[in-house]
Amino acid sequence: MNGIHDLGGMHGFGPVEREDNEPIYHATWEGRMLALYPTTAVLGFYTIDEFRHEIECMGATNYLETSYYEHWLHALESLAIRKGIVTEEELYAGHTATGTTKAQPGLNAADVPKIIANGASARVTTDVKPKFKEGDMVVVKNINPSGHTRLPRYVRDKLGCIDRDHGVFAFPDTNAHGAGEKPQHCYSVYFSAQELWGSTVSRNDSVYVDMWDDYLVPA
Amino acid sequence: MGGEHEHEHDHHNRPLSDPELRVKALEQVLTEKGLIDPAALDEIVDTYETKVGPHNGSKVVAKAWIDREYKQRLLQDGTTAIAELGFSGIQGEDMVVVENTEKVHNVLVCTLCSCYPWPTLGLPPTWYKAAPYRSRVVSEPRAVLKEFGLVLSEDAEVRVWDSTAELRYMVLPERPAGTENMSETELAELVTRDSMIGVAKVVSPK
Repeated sequence: MNGIHDLGGMHGFGPVEREDNEPIYHATWEGRMLALYPTTAVLGFYTIDEFRHEIECMGATNYLETSYYEHWLHALESLAIRKGIVTEEELYAGHTATGTTKAQPGLNAADVPKIIANGASARVTTDVKPKFKEGDMVVVKNINPSGHTRLPRYVRDKLGCIDRDHGVFAFPDTNAHGAGEKPQHCYSVYFSAQELWGSTVSRNDSVYVDMWDDYLVPA
Repeated sequence: MGGEHEHEHDHHNRPLSDPELRVKALEQVLTEKGLIDPAALDEIVDTYETKVGPHNGSKVVAKAWIDREYKQRLLQDGTTAIAELGFSGIQGEDMVVVENTEKVHNVLVCTLCSCYPWPTLGLPPTWYKAAPYRSRVVSEPRAVLKEFGLVLSEDAEVRVWDSTAELRYMVLPERPAGTENMSETELAELVTRDSMIGVAKVVSPK
């Protein structure tokens, strides 16, 4: 989606603003919101790709005018309602209408350290042949899907070089829309800064972007 | 969604903000349904506030500075080498470490959202997740680094890594001069979070 989240290369946002001694959470609710992610992710009613896409669909002004964890809140509310986990009425009331629907929570306090330590890799063990190898010159496809993609606008149609093959991973463009993992190779692709931004930038600089087979064609 | 409660008769309480109310409602409803355990939330909140943070990554860096073979392993297979020190998991399952040298300066970003290596660096600072950094560091890294107080020579090569997939990156900063006699623990204390993102270098000890 060519949404506002696809910020690479944009102008107009001003200087980077840093907060001295920034706290991990600016308010209690931010910590609760952070924790709601792994505790609901284990329930399996959404993928991380769906979660990101939900944020992308917030609307440009809404996205820019709300804080980071408000983006997460928007995504989780929307997914939980759409997938029938909660209703809008229940959230308004702050109480469930239907009572307990599960005997055991998805994640108990005792399981937290293990879940955090194990994580949830997107690597897939399926044996899939790579389309490219290190050193291959590639051109990035000019795709403009209205759905989720991890292909930023600033690299489309650009000429790059395969720097390394990371292996086989789930593909977000399908995984965000219930169309499966479509496992394929993911590469780090080198682009010269001048290729991306024109001849006035340094000849020495570069940008490396992670891309899947489906984003690339041979040069 | 919902409204602010107005405690007009009690001026000691400020009204709950919209996100606070919504998060409370979401947590309450999911808890009542038996889907989540608030104690699990407490544990996660605490973990990322007090346990997981850049002190983890600084240990990785210090070991790489001291142990040549570890450094090789780290650059070859970041995931396994970092896990040797006990750091792995959520938002760091698949790690790539990139080395800063006199000639090459690496800096990390996630232009599309906020991807960041949690097990080694903890949760990202707000500036990393916000529009100014995400938009500018890919197209004008040297100007952004200058705002951080880091000026690189024209000869240096700046490499910006955009974490668009599930690989998580970490910078192995250069070991500064004047640290030859320091222990691994002392070295780890020099390493800053910003140096492992690539917006700063590690400063020589006074």
